[in-house]
Amino acid sequence: MSDTNALPSWDVLTKHDVFPAASHDEVARLNFLTHLNVHLSSQILPGVRTAFDKQVKPEIIAQTGKSPTSRHEVRKHMLNNGYFQMWSALRRNTMEMRHQAARAQVLGQIDDIVDKVNKACENDANIQLDSSVGIPPNVGSVDIHCQPGCYYQEYFEDDVTVAASYDVGLFVTTAGLLGALSDGGGQGIANWLKTQHPDFSPKRILDIGCTVGHNALPLAEHFPDAQVVAVDVARPSLRYAHARAKSLGVNNIQFVQANAEDLSQYDDGSFDLITTSMFLHELSHQSMPKILKNIQRLLADGGLNLHLEQPQYAGMDVYQQFIRDWDTYFNNEPYWGPMHELDLPKVFTECGFDSNDLFDVGVVSKVDEKIFGKPKTDGEDYGRSPVWNALGLWKGQHAKKSENAA
Amino acid sequence: MSQKKILTQSEKINLAGSKAKGQRPYFLADKQTEQALSVAMTLAMELSVTKERLASLECMLVDKGLIEKGQLDHYQPSKEEVAKRSLETQAYLARVLRMMQQDKEELENNDPDMQTVQDELTKW
Repeated sequence: MSDTNALPSWDVLTKHDVFPAASHDEVARLNFLTHLNVHLSSQILPGVRTAFDKQVKPEIIAQTGKSPTSRHEVRKHMLNNGYFQMWSALRRNTMEMRHQAARAQVLGQIDDIVDKVNKACENDANIQLDSSVGIPPNVGSVDIHCQPGCYYQEYFEDDVTVAASYDVGLFVTTAGLLGALSDGGGQGIANWLKTQHPDFSPKRILDIGCTVGHNALPLAEHFPDAQVVAVDVARPSLRYAHARAKSLGVNNIQFVQANAEDLSQYDDGSFDLITTSMFLHELSHQSMPKILKNIQRLLADGGLNLHLEQPQYAGMDVYQQFIRDWDTYFNNEPYWGPMHELDLPKVFTECGFDSNDLFDVGVVSKVDEKIFGKPKTDGEDYGRSPVWNALGLWKGQHAKKSENAA
Repeated sequence: MSQKKILTQSEKINLAGSKAKGQRPYFLADKQTEQALSVAMTLAMELSVTKERLASLECMLVDKGLIEKGQLDHYQPSKEEVAKRSLETQAYLARVLRMMQQDKEELENNDPDMQTVQDELTKW
């Protein structure tokens, strides 16, 4: 099929040993939902902008005498707009359908998956669990991105339903742009280091908030002599991540159940590279400073810290801010908006970093072109684009602010 | 929380549709309309799945040499088959739009409400 408008099938995803199998109709369901997501973002979402420009904004001006000045003001008015209501209802429902479809698929074979995960985790030092690690409020208050059970719930002993469902469903929301292993973020970091810093050779790498480990693997593969430590609070995600990595032949990652607010088991300066991928927006004002202070302590002099995120709101027009903020209120991402309006350099500085060490760089998700063809960079679906904004710093290495994108 | 047990099929069906923790926002003017939209979208998905399944079946028939590629598109049903399908289509549409038919009948018949009937029936 050479039609460049055709979307890839979910079935092209790499089938590692613990990846849930899919029947004909299960694949068809996931493909339908993928197409529905793309249709909503490419065909219907532009109408929301038109509704704002032609209907809502003039109403606001008529009422207040001036253009809206905040995303909150825009949201308040847009919630009464019929076009926005319908797009939102469809988008929310599509997210719920994704989770239902993935969970039904996974639950149908959960015993087999759990057996494989248990076998992979048995007597293996690369999985370190700690039952004293609790679920912090930023993870446990609501189920993030409407994923029932979030990353951590177990429905029976050693259950991994939530992790396997997450692995299944990422494709549906991103339409495959994250690659055959949904690892575009990690590939993006590895690609950037390879092209921009070919001499950087970290011995120890820490990935925080690793979930199913998809973004830690490309780093472990790019630095085969390095020891990677991937931490998360979520037991089922870590167990699944370990089995996933092992089946893909990646053995230099240790998955550790830990809250990044407390990483006292690791020595000062014991990591040369510390990464997070789409993690900062799932924190809180309470947890973020604690975690950043730990990163500051754990990062070796000359080491690199990189956080992949969507861009901050500062400088964007209010409609852009409002539409990017949709997930905050309507997709169970309560910290998305607050995080994206933070003055991050100020926060980092308050946590002990030198502001002169900080830089911003665009990291382009490396898409598996053998399967997906060249990624499109236009028609961005807000919050789900393969183009990442990375906030980084080289500890004690002033003035590398003009980093080049990969 | 977690204990060693095997989930039953009905537990699995329920778990697949679990609600995410956190109040669900509703966007449409009334909640029931949005719930009906959700039902419609799920049916749209299942129709898409069925179309794919038929396409797969067609491919398999071609692969096995039972039909030729494109033959199905040029299939001409017999006169009897056309008549049968027409009736099936009419019945199908009547099922899908039953509410509209029944609403029309009620309008035509000036149906009484239950309280009125009950009042009638309970007069001594």
